[in-house]
Amino acid sequence: MKLTLKIWRQNSATDKGQMVTYPIDGIEGDMSFLEMMDVLNEELIVKGEDPVAFDHDCREGICGMCSLFINGEAHGPDRAVTTCQLHMRKFNDGDTIYIEPWRAKAFPVIKDLVVDRGAFDRIMASGGFVSVNTSGNTVDANAIPISKIDADKAFEAATCIGCGACVATCVNASAMLYVAAKVSQLALLPQGKVEAKERVLNMVKTMDEEGFGNCTNTGACAVECPKEISLDNIARMNREYFKGMISAE
Amino acid sequence: MSVLDSKIPSGALSTKWSSYKDHIRLVNPANKRNIDIIVVGTGLAGGSASASLAELGYNVHSFCFQDSPRRAHSIAAQGGINAAKNYQGDGDSVFRLFYDTIKGGDYRAREGNVYRLAEVSASIIDQCVAQGVPFAREYGGLLDNRSFGGSQVSRTFYAKGQTGQQLLLGAYSAMSRQIGKGKIKMHTRHEMLDLVIVDGKARGIIARNLVTGKLERFSAHAVVIASGGYGNVFYLSTNAMGSNVTAAWKIHKKGAFFANPCYTQIHPTCIPVSGDHQSKLTLMSESLRNDGRIWVPKNLEDSKAIREGRMKPTDIKDEDKDFFLERRYPAFGNLVPRDVASRAAKERCDAGYGVNATGEAVYLDFASAIERYGREKAKIAHNENASIEEIMELGTQVVKAKYGNLFQMYYKIVDQDPYKTPMMIYPAVHYTMGGIWVDYNLMTTITGCYATGEANFSDHGANRLGASALMQGLADGYFVLPYTIADYLADEIRTGKISTELPEFIQAEADVKAGIDRLMNIKGTKSVDYFHKRLGKIIWDKVGMSRDEEGLKWAINEVQKLREEFYNDLRIPGTVDSFNPELDKANRVCDFLELGELMAVDALNRTESCGGHFREESQTEEGEAKRNDKDFAYVAAWEYTGKPAEAILHKEQLVFEEIKLVERNYK
Ligand SMILES: Cc1cc2nc3c(=O)[nH]c(=O)nc-3n(C[C@H](O)[C@H](O)[C@H](O)COP(=O)(O)OP(=O)(O)OC[C@H]3O[C@@H](n4cnc5c(N)ncnc54)[C@H](O)[C@@H]3O)c2cc1C
Ligand code: SF4
Ligand code: FES
Repeated sequence: MKLTLKIWRQNSATDKGQMVTYPIDGIEGDMSFLEMMDVLNEELIVKGEDPVAFDHDCREGICGMCSLFINGEAHGPDRAVTTCQLHMRKFNDGDTIYIEPWRAKAFPVIKDLVVDRGAFDRIMASGGFVSVNTSGNTVDANAIPISKIDADKAFEAATCIGCGACVATCVNASAMLYVAAKVSQLALLPQGKVEAKERVLNMVKTMDEEGFGNCTNTGACAVECPKEISLDNIARMNREYFKGMISAE
Repeated sequence: MSVLDSKIPSGALSTKWSSYKDHIRLVNPANKRNIDIIVVGTGLAGGSASASLAELGYNVHSFCFQDSPRRAHSIAAQGGINAAKNYQGDGDSVFRLFYDTIKGGDYRAREGNVYRLAEVSASIIDQCVAQGVPFAREYGGLLDNRSFGGSQVSRTFYAKGQTGQQLLLGAYSAMSRQIGKGKIKMHTRHEMLDLVIVDGKARGIIARNLVTGKLERFSAHAVVIASGGYGNVFYLSTNAMGSNVTAAWKIHKKGAFFANPCYTQIHPTCIPVSGDHQSKLTLMSESLRNDGRIWVPKNLEDSKAIREGRMKPTDIKDEDKDFFLERRYPAFGNLVPRDVASRAAKERCDAGYGVNATGEAVYLDFASAIERYGREKAKIAHNENASIEEIMELGTQVVKAKYGNLFQMYYKIVDQDPYKTPMMIYPAVHYTMGGIWVDYNLMTTITGCYATGEANFSDHGANRLGASALMQGLADGYFVLPYTIADYLADEIRTGKISTELPEFIQAEADVKAGIDRLMNIKGTKSVDYFHKRLGKIIWDKVGMSRDEEGLKWAINEVQKLREEFYNDLRIPGTVDSFNPELDKANRVCDFLELGELMAVDALNRTESCGGHFREESQTEEGEAKRNDKDFAYVAAWEYTGKPAEAILHKEQLVFEEIKLVERNYK
């Protein structure tokens, strides 16, 4: 395949940045999108130019590190996959592909396509846990049976990989889906219920402080989420939040 | 003469750990506040250690090269975690898990360490459930189990095909809680590039801030290396792109012995290579071998026809399939340990039976499992007259519930539907049993420097059983290191803060800077990947699934030549003091180029076959691996002297008191 790539280049957080055009040839359908980027970078390095910086690590859709906005869609045109799992067979010879970083106030650009998602970690540090120490004396794992339905729902919520596509997709750059996934997971499990109220209040507060926008229920996040995290989680979080507010008063 | 002291406590195997804990020294809570600990790595090993140490009251500095601690490579583990809970009542026990691990490791691991691992395994599951880790459950609300290779009980806990992510998120949440409290200072996008030793003790590290490119100094009273395995020396592996040996190699160069580097694990079920552009390989969890049957055609002609696209696997009748694992190993069948399964697949492909264009693939077939589950479902639904289509549909639902995300992953990569046609798989590098030598306390040969998780060599001998790495990482971090490190730190309560202005820190930073400048100033013509790929090919061909003297000698020579070329012709674009992923890669590959040589040296020394290390010269008449306990029942720990090929060998003789060494037999 022969393709035309239009890629966002930005030297640093303070640099203005611009789209730059790169023609590329010899791309095969079996290559992953990031392998296509590798081919481009190899060419740039040999030519003595600066390769395009992008985040990635596991390359199998689980670490949440990769993060490209491709032709206006987070993680590209395919559904339920991350950029690293997207394959070039989804594109056609002659296509022009626009590649941009996540854009959100809370995710400043570090370089080119790499952004700083530290805000996600700070939200977790404000409540995304169960306060239990390592002791070797916690109760036996089977002491509290958990209905399979709740356990499965908690698991579904816990599959969030923290990639940030939901934020990048949202017109308001809201982090609701990400936060709701963690709040839901822990609220659904007996171990997490004890602190449910403080958790949701603290996490939402930090989310607001970090500069994420409000949720206006457009639902775009769930469409682009590579792990198909359901909007039900947002509804559950809202319920948890109101419960928390009432008892906090 | 050996300088190695494994410090295994005396006494009966089953009481060693408890009596050790009863007698070690402790650090009181007020003193813990004055003690700093550096933990390099936030995977299961590092994350669990950081959280537990901070909970105890120490000040922890944690490091990872990713943008968040949650992205450590442990996240990618699929299949599960072992624990001797015996919830299934199928006869499991601490002893049995201990025994399976020693046997699976081909009798090349320490009894004392492995017994302790089996002993604490049950607490891991309790701890994780308390943290909110959503393990798979049965309808009655209790935890579900599956079985893995190399054992005859069901002791593996799992969370669909993403057990690693769920366990790591558990450790990450425990870390997050301590980060929020200020007890852990998290340094993301930082890469450790050297260890600082003051008066013979590990006292800190030099790390590069990968965003600014600046070198930074950090001091502490102890340093823990939990930086994962070195499988990426092969370039193509199932490891994440950034996984590296650098932290481990740097401490090796500073005096930590590197043990059994030749013990690498080739996993039998990975998606085969599709072309030269390939950047990494994807694992298909071993749990699939619970239900999938592995085969190639019986007739060479059929294999050829498949390779040429004239025939489909679904055209072949069962009687014309060679289920070679079931044929060769009837007792364990498709669930033989990884090394055995990998070699058997390679043997068939080398004999010409491979089934993809490259001839390097075998089938993993779910048709019989789908049918079996479908019949079961139909029976439960009293649908006695279900058609075969209905049965297959019902069975597909069951298989989807068990392995859905793995099947989806396969489909996205290969563009074939594994519910309808068998998967193609081939062995790939997956795990490294070798690593930094540690004693029972997990301390390396450098005082005050510890190594945990995949970065150390300790518990898996020459071959690791499936679902045991997660167990080891969490055992080390949650339940072992928090005790053993106290015994050392008890002497440090009066030390006070360690200054990063000490001459040792200044010198270490200057050395790191000189190393980076050297790389930047080569200004050659080839990218880092160019060298990394070539290194990978040498190691895969000659230090991979089977090894012989001639090949190993050749590899040593080739790696040396390649290293020279690297230092003459490497090109790194960009600058030192900026975000520069090419420089990050170069810093890692220069260490792989040394490690690769040591792996070959170690493999050459070990003229027996054991576990993941198969020497052509040492096999039985049927082509099975032949161990040599008389000469090789030892840990090979290598001391760095300036050149990998001239490393000094120290032997730690393995003493088996509880287990009798016998030939490993899965027939
Ligand atoms: C695809 C796959 C599937 C697997 N499935 C299973 C399974 O089902 N069951 C099982 O038991 N095992 C499995 N394993 C093995 C298991 O996942 C690993 O052995 C284990 O997770 C390693 O954990 P760790 O904490 O030692 O290292 P890692 O998780 O690799 O963490 C390494 C950490 O060190 C950091 N680091 C590395 N170098 C540096 C440096 N120089 N400076 C700063 N930080 C650094 C990294 O940022 C990271 O945080 C699997 C492995 C793979 C590859
Ligand atoms: S909710 Fe989905 S899109 Fe958002 S961070 Fe999690 S996985 Fe990514
Ligand atoms: S690189 Fe890990 S999810 Fe894409």
